[in-house]
Amino acid sequence: MANRITLNMITQRSIEEGVAMEKGKTTPEYFEACSIIEMHDDDVKALGLVPNQLVRVTSECGSVVVKAVKGRQSLYPGLAFIPQGVWANQIVPPRTQATGEPQYSGFPVTVEPVNGERRKSALELVQGAVGLWRGDQ
Amino acid sequence: MPKKVENVGCPYCGVCCDDLVVTVSDDGKQIIEVENACAIGNQIFHHATGGERVKLPRLRQPDGTYKDISYDEAVDYAAKVLYNAKKPLIYGFGSTNCEGMAAAAKVAEKAGAVLDNCASICHGSSFLAIFDNGYPSCTLGETKNRADVVLYWGANPAHAHPRHMSRYSIFPRGFFTGKGQKSRKIIVIDPRHTDTAQVADIYLQVRQGHDYELFDAFRAVVRGHEIPEEVAGIKREQILEVANIMKKARFGTIFYGMGLCHSDGRNHNVDIAISLTRDLNDYTKWTIMAMRGHYNITGPGAVWSWQYGFPYCLDLTKKDIAHMNPGETSSVDLAMRDEVDAFINIGTDAGAHFPIEAVKHLRKHPWITIDPNICMASEISDLHIPVGIVGVEVPGIVYRMDNVPIQYRKVIDPPEGVISDEELFERIHKRLCELEAEGAAKAEIKAAPAGVRAEE
Ligand code: SF4
Repeated sequence: MANRITLNMITQRSIEEGVAMEKGKTTPEYFEACSIIEMHDDDVKALGLVPNQLVRVTSECGSVVVKAVKGRQSLYPGLAFIPQGVWANQIVPPRTQATGEPQYSGFPVTVEPVNGERRKSALELVQGAVGLWRGDQ
Repeated sequence: MPKKVENVGCPYCGVCCDDLVVTVSDDGKQIIEVENACAIGNQIFHHATGGERVKLPRLRQPDGTYKDISYDEAVDYAAKVLYNAKKPLIYGFGSTNCEGMAAAAKVAEKAGAVLDNCASICHGSSFLAIFDNGYPSCTLGETKNRADVVLYWGANPAHAHPRHMSRYSIFPRGFFTGKGQKSRKIIVIDPRHTDTAQVADIYLQVRQGHDYELFDAFRAVVRGHEIPEEVAGIKREQILEVANIMKKARFGTIFYGMGLCHSDGRNHNVDIAISLTRDLNDYTKWTIMAMRGHYNITGPGAVWSWQYGFPYCLDLTKKDIAHMNPGETSSVDLAMRDEVDAFINIGTDAGAHFPIEAVKHLRKHPWITIDPNICMASEISDLHIPVGIVGVEVPGIVYRMDNVPIQYRKVIDPPEGVISDEELFERIHKRLCELEAEGAAKAEIKAAPAGVRAEE
């Protein structure tokens, strides 16, 4: 059992994200739809995760805590998925290969289980990044 | 009596369903029922009258809170930010009408701004490939009526364009495709076994980031060359089988998505997809189409190409000379190099959809969000200006993903006092003209209006 593994990350739209986004990005629905990661069973086993365990995902430019869930849409071993949205964009590298388009899919991340940490809300992440977060009002 | 409005367009995804039936309450203020829409489309209409709406512009105060201000004050603030900035960036436009896009372009030209739309982080790679290699495309109606083979590559319409398959590709009975799904072969190529892959006749699990090699293999086979045992994780027999289906099709369409544009290779992946389409046309009729995301993200490309000759990443800092150079004039690159000193987010949510590093750079400078709703961008802005929701409260022209323009209608009035994107930009333009005239008369010293910066 490894403490940490390296995976190839992709971030794309999910319908749950689409529906929740229209309801509002500060809703619990958006939080549950987007603050998750999906992986192949082999990788879940390699990390010794129990269902719905929180993990820290770290890329070359940042890190974020999300919940490891079993998705309906399967991946092959070594590939991981976080739905498009606020949590994914904490770790998406802004490099664009001179096209304007960030590296939303196909970038290396490390994944490790965490204890005693929590998932941050969308507002806390985005406002926190720019010094505007004032705590839960 | 509640009123039924028919042939309503859905302001969410690039499928632009225009067959919605919306039931509105007696007083015309509530949306009671939405028929024909998918889960996302439904949500948009119900959310418009269901939740709390912001009805006045809100200006950030020194203590970090927002204070309501009038539209006149908001227009004045926005115009001053633009007037005082050396190189402002106006970005977004996936979710507004073409009228708003044209008005915004007037503002950008007057302010000497960079004008960019969500294609910049989405199908911008497609534009680059199309410039280089052409676009043998068709309309969605042609696919529906003619296609007997449909290929989705790096696209997951089951999630991103929920009615695409039922309206245009897999399930509908078209003029020459009367048996619906039975008369069609569906191929899905994606690193993930997506919900779209579930309905495919053939699914190829390509290695993520290796699409180019697989396209290359298909081109080699179509042209009669040998290929290795396995390419990009796909066995030779499967490649030969799919190539054979493609060659034997009566009419085929490749629908491709972010799997190509967001991965290594970007525009080169799209370029070779176009080349494969061209090669297949030596044998039969094949077409290709970008799965454009937002309902009117095709709009700015059409409107600004007509106005300036370029679809996105437009540098208008020299005002009467437009140039476009993605990598240099693209929003995320400009942000990362700290080359812009004011940001207007309109009809999108850069706060949620840009990599956070780019958000941090942009937030060092004045940030204005124009959006009907509360979103991440509105919650980190100096100024949030609410506007009516296009397609629900504001009518206008939108371009579907296949470049077909559609007239959207409104079904209810916007909240009292709330104006449209178009009117807002017209008013900002007028105020900019006044500031310019005053400035010329007085040679006034430029000073940015107060706001709360990230580093403060
Ligand atoms: S498929 Fe797209 S346009 Fe059609 S109803 Fe759903 S979200 Fe709206």
